[in-house]
Amino acid sequence: MDWITRIEELSYLAAAALFIVGLKQLGSPATARQGNRLAALGMFLAIVVTLLDRQIISFTGILAAIGLGSLIGAVAAYKVEMTAMPQMVGLLNGLGGAASALVGIGEFCRIVAVGDPLPLSTLVTIILGVLIGGVTLTGSLVAFGKLQGLISGTPVIFPMQQGINLGLLLAFLATSVLIWLDPAQMGVFWGLVALSSLLGILFVLPIGGADMPVVISLLNSLSGLAASAAGFIVGNSMLIIAGALVGASGLILTQIMCKAMNRSLANVLFSGFGGGSSQAAGGGLSAATAKSVRTIDPEESAMMLGYAKSVVIVPGYGMAVAQAQHSVKELADQLERLGVEVKYAIHPVAGRMPGHMNVLLAEANVPYPQLKDMEDINPEFEHVDVALVIGANDVVNPAARTNPGSPVYGMPILDVDRAHHTIVIKRSLSPGFAGIDNELFYKDKTLMMFGSAKEVLNNLIAEVKHL
Amino acid sequence: MTDPILVGLIIFVLASFVGFEVINKVPPTLHTPLMSGSNAISGIAVIGALLMAGSGHTPLTVALGFVATVLATVNVVGGFLVTDRMLQMFKR
Repeated sequence: MDWITRIEELSYLAAAALFIVGLKQLGSPATARQGNRLAALGMFLAIVVTLLDRQIISFTGILAAIGLGSLIGAVAAYKVEMTAMPQMVGLLNGLGGAASALVGIGEFCRIVAVGDPLPLSTLVTIILGVLIGGVTLTGSLVAFGKLQGLISGTPVIFPMQQGINLGLLLAFLATSVLIWLDPAQMGVFWGLVALSSLLGILFVLPIGGADMPVVISLLNSLSGLAASAAGFIVGNSMLIIAGALVGASGLILTQIMCKAMNRSLANVLFSGFGGGSSQAAGGGLSAATAKSVRTIDPEESAMMLGYAKSVVIVPGYGMAVAQAQHSVKELADQLERLGVEVKYAIHPVAGRMPGHMNVLLAEANVPYPQLKDMEDINPEFEHVDVALVIGANDVVNPAARTNPGSPVYGMPILDVDRAHHTIVIKRSLSPGFAGIDNELFYKDKTLMMFGSAKEVLNNLIAEVKHL
Repeated sequence: MTDPILVGLIIFVLASFVGFEVINKVPPTLHTPLMSGSNAISGIAVIGALLMAGSGHTPLTVALGFVATVLATVNVVGGFLVTDRMLQMFKR
């Protein structure tokens, strides 16, 4: 081993250590920013060292590619709205997966073109890399489409879905064997690439919008595994380590999200939630329409909130859609001016990605100690005067506690119905993404304010200012 | 010399355990930054892309390497910057 290779290996080791320390620091609010920078430093180090590698013979194109990628990445990072963060993360996941898949494809093309031997172990890593990378790419693109509203957020279900998926998987295996028998058939290899891409599309298509936090976490994990696979393919331990770290972190988040919905991962991925249960929900819905809701106007509502001792705000996806986080903060400021104690209750799967609400409220300058997790705030609700639900639905549905027949039964919820009063700001009575009616809206203590979250809040703020 | 695939597997499994230990018990407030930050790390595939683009074996592999480099760099740069932008908003 000559000294250049030695320096390279040691630098990769340093970069891996920086990733680990960086991830560790990302786990605490006080050190998170520094942790992110350490990880970025590790990445910079790894890239520079790789550029010094003597295998690299042409630099101009590479530098152009890096420059172009950096420019696109930087512009996207500064332009993206905080409300569009789930799409952004989804898209970035997909790009990482695509890069890993391309590395696998390129290595295969090289081996075939040069006529190198192709041992089974190498072939398996290439096939795995193409599969995981391809699924990550197209799966992320579908998730992006759903989050951006380009594709319907409801689960897309068609007849024979499971059968078709199984067929595709078998075709994938058969294609893999064909490649093993005769690697020189490039057409068969491209078939494998196409099959991987198709599998990714069909994998995310049947999953509903409310399950996106799980899907995004899982795709995050997959993008790490894809990088690891690329590491096996090019024989670089740095890629294997970094990919494994990301794979593990994505898996932990996936687990947390599943637990917060009281569902297994298999159930989230394969049940087509909301679509399949619509029949059962239909019965509940017709019974519910017979019940009546009580509405409240901004003036009355402002009085209730302004003269309360404690108010807990429960934000949901509706707040993100209406971009109402700044209005929420303004209302909270006005209430605090009147001596009201304001807290925020955050459900783990509120919104479309893990921690979605926390990011939006942070953007509106809400101090993070005011944001309360579900376990901490739930025992407090019975002493809360007003729970203000803004665009949240399934995560506050009491049926999760009381109705064993409900699809959300068993899911931990925020117990807003235990507060003295509950005010719900919502566009209409339409069910949430789980596709079920919410009995909270029909309770005597619940008062509804219909309209877009931002509009309603601004009316409310104007009234509170008059108090 | 031991089989490189085997060595890789050992590294992979041990690094996964490190990942689980390091990231467990992250508060919900940081779930999004953790995801976008770790996402940027998964852009490490850029290393593989660079080696492929620079080695100049065949025009096809070089072209694939370039595309992969661009995509992975977007992932890396976009991921780290957007994470930083988010984290600077978190205040006490």
